[in-house]
Amino acid sequence: MAAINRDDVAHLARLAHIEMSAQELDRMAGELAVIVDSVKSVSQAAGDDVPATSHPMPLTNVFRDDVVGHTFTAEQALSGAPDSEDNRFKVPAILDEA
Amino acid sequence: MTETNELIRLSAAALAEKLAAGEVTSVEATQAYLDRIAEVDGGERGINAFLHVNAEEALAVAAEVDAIRAAGGAEAEALHILAGVPIAVKDLIVTIGQPTTAGSKILEGWHSPYDATVVERLRAAKMPILGKTNLDEFAMGSSTEHSAYGPTRNPWDLDRIPGGSGGGSAAAVAAFEAPLALGTDTGGSIRQPGAVTGTVGVKPTYGSVSRYGAIAMASSLDQIGPVSRTVLDSALLHQVIGGHDPRDSTSLPDPLADLVAAAKTGNVEGLRIGIIKELHGEGYQAGVENRFRDALELLKEAGAEIVEVSCPNFQYALGAYYLIMPSEASSNLAKFDGVRYGLRVLPEEGPMTIERVMGATRAAGFGDEVKRRIILGTYALSAGYYDAYYGSAQKVRTLVQRDFEAAFTVADVLISPTAPTTAFPLGEKLDDPMAMYLNDVATIPANLAGVPGLSLPGGLADEDGLPVGIQLLAPAKEDARLYRVGAVLESLLEAKWGGPLLQSAPDLAAAVAGPVETLVGSQEAK
Repeated sequence: MAAINRDDVAHLARLAHIEMSAQELDRMAGELAVIVDSVKSVSQAAGDDVPATSHPMPLTNVFRDDVVGHTFTAEQALSGAPDSEDNRFKVPAILDEA
Repeated sequence: MTETNELIRLSAAALAEKLAAGEVTSVEATQAYLDRIAEVDGGERGINAFLHVNAEEALAVAAEVDAIRAAGGAEAEALHILAGVPIAVKDLIVTIGQPTTAGSKILEGWHSPYDATVVERLRAAKMPILGKTNLDEFAMGSSTEHSAYGPTRNPWDLDRIPGGSGGGSAAAVAAFEAPLALGTDTGGSIRQPGAVTGTVGVKPTYGSVSRYGAIAMASSLDQIGPVSRTVLDSALLHQVIGGHDPRDSTSLPDPLADLVAAAKTGNVEGLRIGIIKELHGEGYQAGVENRFRDALELLKEAGAEIVEVSCPNFQYALGAYYLIMPSEASSNLAKFDGVRYGLRVLPEEGPMTIERVMGATRAAGFGDEVKRRIILGTYALSAGYYDAYYGSAQKVRTLVQRDFEAAFTVADVLISPTAPTTAFPLGEKLDDPMAMYLNDVATIPANLAGVPGLSLPGGLADEDGLPVGIQLLAPAKEDARLYRVGAVLESLLEAKWGGPLLQSAPDLAAAVAGPVETLVGSQEAK
């Protein structure tokens, strides 16, 4: 398995929408390399015949009765929003050319 | 000892009895705890267990309970056994009327428009909520040093960590600032703080206590549970919060067993208690190992059969956990983006697009540990690495479950130290994330497999005089066994000590008011 490097961290930080300074990228790359190295034995632990477990207590088809229940008012839903207008969340431009 | 001092030192069960008998009022008890919080929680050397104190509402609920009791009749008869007994709530659990921060700057000042199911159940039982307790940011840590609001101090030694992530809840209970608290446990965040503060903490079977309203870190691992000073108190609280909740799709439909009755069983004769070969010995502090041996000896004398079991795949559990947990966390924390709630930070220059606002908001709002885990999880889930990391970790999860299944064919309950060491000094492991992660080595397998675990005080380590935790583990949905064995072990140990372990803790009021030393634990967020 390839080691994680500074360029990887920069790419991952972009994917995760976290701005990082050059200094932060350097430090994070070093720390993550140690962590990844410590956990990599996991990939050798199980053979192909072992099924994956995503959930410790599997439940399937969890439905409720199709009846109208409690919902938030628009005011409640927007109560923690940094910005809103006309009962909607308000955000800056979603496209670069704005 | 003053009367107030005696009042705050009562167990929740004893306080509940005095309330029911009319010997003390809930307002008196609640005020005594609020006074204690004012005395020991603030200031340079304060415990800092509370991020928010909810005095007004707590006293109002207490007064309501007192009025119902005074009036008598059917309503008084119908009061819950814990009515009027105050409680603290980990600040990862949402509450109407109080801020919820998750220990993060990104949620500073945020108020939830809804209550968590467990909080609704506390309100239904009329338990006054004293406030919200400190934690590692988004419950990510083992020392509470990753809180954006400063570390919590260990009541046994103010320069040491109280464990994490639920260091606030454990320290509040250990410092007699609350008789009970709620915690959340994803990899040990209830049990490890319990171990290092000399308190009791229980991670219930996954799905047996609703997670609705607990801000999710790793959804397949997170579990809310009780924090207390006695095993019986945890059983009482567990019965308040447990049971099916249609609002949590992972909530088990099974009815809760009678956990209080289990805690009152009073014998372990004939029970098979399994020592997990891989979870003691090498890597565990000598004083921890000694107290673990003492506990085994007591259980044996009480008629339990001690057997040894091997769980060979536990060696991969820590690695699998530190792939699965960050993967789920990176997804769960995507919602903190400066749009729907919490902080929004605008970029200082350049185009003002939503992507750049998200990047600036998350850079400013998250601390280092949260960023590390989000990046690690994003990595483990990325194309090309998914099979090797996340996929392999999920297979290890199957192997860990199989190890537990095999162990539980020869043992009814498993036992180990809760944490490999006693409380370490604030600041000691902050710069070494992997060393910090190793604290969770004994607690993580239970989360991966979904089985319940309980930590109770096992005594003080010879070399440093600090509390050691003993962990009990049971098969899924057999939480009652933990309370049965835990209560017996607790009573045997207390008979040996001549009372509860916390009676040997140092005088906190004096220590907190003592000379100011350099605060070594404060970190980037402060």
